[in-house]
Amino acid sequence: MGEVLFTSAVDGLLIGIIYGLAAMGLTLIFGVMDVINLAHGPLIALGMFGVYLLFTILGLNPFIAVILVAVLGLLLGVVIYFVAVNRVIDAPPLSSLLSTFSVNMIIIGVGTALFTTSSYNVDYTLGTVEVGFFRAPGARIAASLVALLTTALLYLFLYRTRPGKYVRAVANNRIAAELMGIPSTRILALAFGIGAMLAITAGGLIATILPINILAGGSYELKSFVIVVLGGLGNPLGALLGGLILGLIEGLVPVFMKTTWVPVIEYVLFVLILLVRPQGLLGAKE
Amino acid sequence: MKRLIRPGLLIPLAMILVLAVWPLLSGNPASAREAAFTLIMSMALAASLNIILGYTGYVSFGHIVFFGVGGYAGFWAITQLGWHILPAALLGGLVAAVIAWLLGLAVLRLRGAYFALATIGILEAMKALVINLDFLGGPVGMELHFSEYKRYGGPMQSLWMLYWAMVFMAILVVVVSYLIKTSKFGLGLMAIREDEDAAEVMGVITPRAKTWAYVLSAVFPGIIGVIFFFKNGNIEPDSAFRLHFSIEWIVMIMLGGAGTVLGPVLGGGLYQWLRKTLLTSPIFKDYQLVVAGVMLLLIVLFVPTGIIGWLRARSAKLRRVFE
Repeated sequence: MGEVLFTSAVDGLLIGIIYGLAAMGLTLIFGVMDVINLAHGPLIALGMFGVYLLFTILGLNPFIAVILVAVLGLLLGVVIYFVAVNRVIDAPPLSSLLSTFSVNMIIIGVGTALFTTSSYNVDYTLGTVEVGFFRAPGARIAASLVALLTTALLYLFLYRTRPGKYVRAVANNRIAAELMGIPSTRILALAFGIGAMLAITAGGLIATILPINILAGGSYELKSFVIVVLGGLGNPLGALLGGLILGLIEGLVPVFMKTTWVPVIEYVLFVLILLVRPQGLLGAKE
Repeated sequence: MKRLIRPGLLIPLAMILVLAVWPLLSGNPASAREAAFTLIMSMALAASLNIILGYTGYVSFGHIVFFGVGGYAGFWAITQLGWHILPAALLGGLVAAVIAWLLGLAVLRLRGAYFALATIGILEAMKALVINLDFLGGPVGMELHFSEYKRYGGPMQSLWMLYWAMVFMAILVVVVSYLIKTSKFGLGLMAIREDEDAAEVMGVITPRAKTWAYVLSAVFPGIIGVIFFFKNGNIEPDSAFRLHFSIEWIVMIMLGGAGTVLGPVLGGGLYQWLRKTLLTSPIFKDYQLVVAGVMLLLIVLFVPTGIIGWLRARSAKLRRVFE
């Protein structure tokens, strides 16, 4: 029993880090501009298919492909910001919810027309890692390490570089930041781009370990909602913690009850946290 | 009664009635009826959601949860208890209303984006729960035995009966929606939409008003769910709790104009008509979602008040006619 528990827990934590990475994209955008990006899921799906295409057509190593896809994701995010978000940035929440959802529809529409909704697979393996009784696929461990590395880079960017400090300043108080001479529109676009990049990177990493389809992003988007609420909306480190918690739940619950109960527990937890502690587990007390 | 004989109410009612009798006059009543059913159902659902979304300003993203639980409750009563459709439909509405009341007490404390997220969470939690409930058929759902329609004079008769039931529901929703809009209660809701704290200071008992608005906007989708799934012949979690559908209702409201009586009726009809046209056109068949997305984006960015809102802003004469 102990061995099963340990293996399931580690398995859950490994995938949880990647969930956390995706959720960080969502929470960063919310923290900086109070916009819930409903195109989050399709962006994750784009990451999956970007890696799939680079791997099957150009024969690139999936982990190199993830870097390329991430760069494209940054650019795409900036484009989405200027097309869909910039005009409604100060409007009531419904406007930005709907404008990002329309981007969702457009991406899913094009994606479905191109790839249908059938399942694809990145046929790539890094063998199996064995330590004592513990076994895990190498690709899964590598993907989690890349996700951790990306998180570290995000923190370096936010805390050690000038544009990163601008992003935090705009998140903190946009008007004051503008008075200090920060070009807020460009910084908002950059933040949206980074948020999209994180989602797309997470999608690319998922493609290396699990089968993909164009609608799969939707379920990861819902997981991201749960995670950001767990960790506190707008708190990237909280998102990582939330991802780990969600991963643990997904790893451990099936040991005790039917897998179909996992989403029930996740969403009930989600609603409860919203009601009892809307600032999230890591958020400050009001 | 005098309050009811106004263009603000008569125009949307006339639209529904003209659409409702169209199948009787058309050459192929059965296929026209199917098309009109979808349009009228969308009008009714959009108008119900408009009560909480348009009037009160609370973005209920997962509103389809009430359509789903109502549908499930009614379907269960019909197949397991052998109920007639009429009490079953009322049961569906009642279950939806009770759930909305209980949830509303808790969730309506959240504002803005937090409320929208919570409604998505509730929808997904309910869907995941129903998948696990074996007495509701679990992941495959429930089916209606074909002989069930005999009770109502055969399948043909039943389809017409359900069609007129849907027309009745659409009319009912529009009348209720109009009465709310022109009442003191509705004024309170709109005050909450504009500034909740100010509304509270001015004497609107906001928790009570919000909860009632939520219950009213949930009861009709509950009843409509029973009618829809009875006509459908089966119910399953994926079709009863699909987030995408409830976002479509929001699109309909935005297209017509949020917070107006006529807007959701116009938007619901127009959206479904456009969708059907796109689906059957050879060029856009594969890209109907893209076209709908671009349309939504253009509305949100450039005409955020919707068609009716835009017309109302044009002239004072139109403001008197369109409510």
